[in-house]
Amino acid sequence: MNSVWSRFNIVSVVLGFAFLYTPIVLLVIYSFNESKLVTVWAGFSTKWYVEMLNNRGLLDAAWVTAQVAFLSATVATVLGTMAAVVLTRHMRFRGRVLFTGMIYAPLVMPDVITGLSLLLLFVAMGLGRGFLTVTLAHITFSMCFVAVVVQSRLLTFDRSLEEAAMDLGAPPLRTFLQITLPVILPAVVSGWMLAFTLSLDDLVIASFASGPGATTLPMKIYSQVRLGVTPEINAVCTILIAIVTLGVIAASLVNKRREVQRLRDEQSAAR
Amino acid sequence: MRRLLSPIASRFVIIIPYAWLFVFFLVPFFIVLKISFSQTAISMPPYVPTFGSPGQWWNNIRQLGFDNYLWIAGDSLYVKAYLSSVVIAFISTVLALLIGYPVAYGMARAPATLRPTLLMLVILPFWTSFLIRVYAWIGILKPEGLLNQFLLAVGLIDEPLIILNTHAAIFIGIVYSYLPFMVLPVYSTLEKMDHSLIEAAQDLGCRPVSAFWKITFPLSLPGVVAGCFLVFIPAVGEFVIPDLLGGSQTLMIGKTLWSEFFNNRDWPVASAVAIILLLVLVIPIMIFQNAQTKAQEAGR
Repeated sequence: MNSVWSRFNIVSVVLGFAFLYTPIVLLVIYSFNESKLVTVWAGFSTKWYVEMLNNRGLLDAAWVTAQVAFLSATVATVLGTMAAVVLTRHMRFRGRVLFTGMIYAPLVMPDVITGLSLLLLFVAMGLGRGFLTVTLAHITFSMCFVAVVVQSRLLTFDRSLEEAAMDLGAPPLRTFLQITLPVILPAVVSGWMLAFTLSLDDLVIASFASGPGATTLPMKIYSQVRLGVTPEINAVCTILIAIVTLGVIAASLVNKRREVQRLRDEQSAAR
Repeated sequence: MRRLLSPIASRFVIIIPYAWLFVFFLVPFFIVLKISFSQTAISMPPYVPTFGSPGQWWNNIRQLGFDNYLWIAGDSLYVKAYLSSVVIAFISTVLALLIGYPVAYGMARAPATLRPTLLMLVILPFWTSFLIRVYAWIGILKPEGLLNQFLLAVGLIDEPLIILNTHAAIFIGIVYSYLPFMVLPVYSTLEKMDHSLIEAAQDLGCRPVSAFWKITFPLSLPGVVAGCFLVFIPAVGEFVIPDLLGGSQTLMIGKTLWSEFFNNRDWPVASAVAIILLLVLVIPIMIFQNAQTKAQEAGR
């Protein structure tokens, strides 16, 4: 779509972005507040960051969360990529309708239902609630997000490349690893990042699936928020926001560079 | 066309994710269904070790009954919670569309060089924690919070507005948290639109506003539908937003299910609440899936 960017368009974009970003910016600003009252500004201070670093429970929860997020994102990326290959390449097999249903339904399923149902499954299986159960739960819902992200890349993939490799005698697995995977890698990486942040973020499913030994960071934050808003939580949130923002920006820069490189390669190939 | 993988390997690729989703997504629903029929009187204690042997546990479940459903239907609290969840989610969806559409429209008409940056700026908040974004609003909406401080300082109001712990706070929370889900699908349909259609209409004497309603809006409908379902379905079962922003008076079913499970420790009733919630959502979910599958096939 190409046309004039009218004043109305500019105003609505600016207002929309102001709405999206003002709360986050305020949260970050008030994490540097001297006062214990979050809403009264009393001068710049980093004492809440020091306080946070001395909070044993918070740090333990952060470590548990990082491990769960890393493990679940990695497994979810493998499973989700396989699911995406199935969605785009295997159009006919028994139970395909059920399969697509099971990929799309978790995307919109309310967390309370997913959490409750997984908990009851773990109880029926006789699995004690803890680190393992949270990780299994997170793999299950984030693999569907990975599948959707990777699938959209596979749909635009030029399949003649795969066919050429196989005509030249490459076995299927090798074709996938050497031809397909490098091309869809950016999507796989952003799928992994999405799975990682979804796991980092999840409160409801973790509350159902986790046991006393494995309190995750969102569970910890939630229990403190219920007691009241404190600058210490603002500090934790600011650090999380910083990590995620840096990750996303770094990933998009890497993607951009790859894209430029690809265009250059294509141009020199065409010459 | 040749297949990517040999028959055995391709079966393997299908079976692994299939089996995973079957065990961890589909089977749990049947367990919830079963437990929702078990009796509250012999309800299970909340933790595993006190359960006794699995055999005994299944014995309890075998005594099926509709007691929990009758209990829910007979208690006006639950009925009200379902109704108000649907109403709150519906109003929030409409608000998200009213705010999200102009943003998506503005983004789609932005200079092409600017669009990737704008797109990233919409996606970025989605990467930041949901809990954090909801938490941020508490400090803003409180009676002594930043919004009231600002409005009092400007002189627009004489006494603080009570927003936190009302429905208004929930609307703000849902619209804010789910806005990217509305903007992205609408933007992607608008961005693909052929602008010469508008030019043609205007050349033929159509006014800009009526060109919008006759051409742009109908063409963006698939995005609007996808966006509305992406907001509406999760919003109905939302827990964090009504819990943190809605206070104790607001009734939403996600919150009811949570307290039934964690505070009353009544697993069978919580399961029945979940099953009914699923029944409420099954039609929207099916429409959404249908649209997704169609969009996927169109993209091929």
